[in-house]
Amino acid sequence: MIAMGIEAKGLRVEKAGKPVLDDVTFMVMSGVVTGLIGPSGAGKTTLMRAIVGVQMYQGELQVLGEMAGSASLRPKIGYVTQSPSVYDDLTVRQNLAYFATLLRASKTKIDEIITTVQLQKQAKQVVGSLSGGQRARVSLAVALLGDPELLVLDEPTVGLDPLLRQELWALFAELAARGKTLLISSHVMDEAERCDQLLLVRDGSLLWDKSRQELLAKTDTQTVEDAFLAMVTGGGK
Amino acid sequence: MYHVRAIQATARRILRQLSHDHRTLALIFIVPLVLLSLLRWMFHDSIDAFNAVGPALLGVFPFALMFIVTSITTLRERVSGTMERLMTMPIGKFDFVFGYTLAFGLLAVIQALLASVLLLYVFGMPVAGPDWFLIMMALANALLGTSLGIFVSAFARTEFQAVQFMPAIVMPQLLIGGLFMPLDAMPNLLAAIAHFMPLTYAIEALNEIANHADITATAWRDFWIVVACGVAAVALGALTLRRKSK
Repeated sequence: MIAMGIEAKGLRVEKAGKPVLDDVTFMVMSGVVTGLIGPSGAGKTTLMRAIVGVQMYQGELQVLGEMAGSASLRPKIGYVTQSPSVYDDLTVRQNLAYFATLLRASKTKIDEIITTVQLQKQAKQVVGSLSGGQRARVSLAVALLGDPELLVLDEPTVGLDPLLRQELWALFAELAARGKTLLISSHVMDEAERCDQLLLVRDGSLLWDKSRQELLAKTDTQTVEDAFLAMVTGGGK
Repeated sequence: MYHVRAIQATARRILRQLSHDHRTLALIFIVPLVLLSLLRWMFHDSIDAFNAVGPALLGVFPFALMFIVTSITTLRERVSGTMERLMTMPIGKFDFVFGYTLAFGLLAVIQALLASVLLLYVFGMPVAGPDWFLIMMALANALLGTSLGIFVSAFARTEFQAVQFMPAIVMPQLLIGGLFMPLDAMPNLLAAIAHFMPLTYAIEALNEIANHADITATAWRDFWIVVACGVAAVALGALTLRRKSK
């Protein structure tokens, strides 16, 4: 089922008097994986923070049919920040147990998610003693706990080993197939190849908000990286 | 009820974090005892002088130490990004602050009890009034330090700034709150300023109970002022918490 996940009209965010997002308009559908792609400093994180309700904004921003920031949206959103935001001095399971209570998730769900992110062996380890990739997986696990309608993931697979990355992207595709809305940011262009829909951003402005296939066709390129360059230099052929 | 469970879960989570950190726990519980013991040693030849300041110290140490521990820990949550994550979840701002108050309040109670037992029963400090009121006042002070610590952490961006709140907010209260000199011996304006500081009332109440056989009306009034300041700081701590950044 394809429905509206996120809809922005004339979205604008200013920080210290400078526009970080400038008159951004787009739609994100549920049931597909949408990539939010752009160089670092383009405004990706600010856009994600506005969507999950921790960033003030001007203009219109609808999330799952409600105004972004509404209290009723909080149980329906899973958000993973760029640097893992979990408690370093708790074990993997203790971290998940705490967030599970807040998200009303069951104990069986905790075990299920630990298996999903492949941390069974590390479940009783303190998060601070884990590798960077493992900590990122704990952070992702927290976002999956509440079985959210919308997953907003800020560079979730950067620094992970290729096999696990493959599996996580398969998981994202599966969640999308179940009708969830997924918005995944990356500054690594090859990750964009795995997305159905693309939002290309640069300097706070939107360059593209349609499917990847259409982008490649329009710019007459083979990869998103080339397409991005074509959009930046000439606006496409 | 969701909010009760969220508060409990948050308090349990904070205590679990601390249980992995033995050094901090040891510092919270042992430092005030060591400091009180050092002072007792220093007054070795003039026990009467120690007994005169002892009750007030019971208000000062738990207050100052709980203030610094709480403000740094709360700030760490803000800086680490876990606070932002929590703000995207259904947990309420009051749930979060009450969770912190509950966890550190529990530590404050243990710390104040240990310090009270040391002064009253190990050093045998004589107190004219009932012991329980002195202990209750020590608890109230530790809780006040906890709630003020949570509140001021909202105004610090870095741990370095948070540490500076100790000299900025705790030290003036120590210096002019009546510990070194009675308020009526101070210049009028300074005494008036001291009356805007909660620790002044705590010190006054502790001295009242040390010198009067029964609990005076002043002691009760001071106790409720300290409690009210603590409650106000917790409420302000929750109200100053922002889900959305500008």
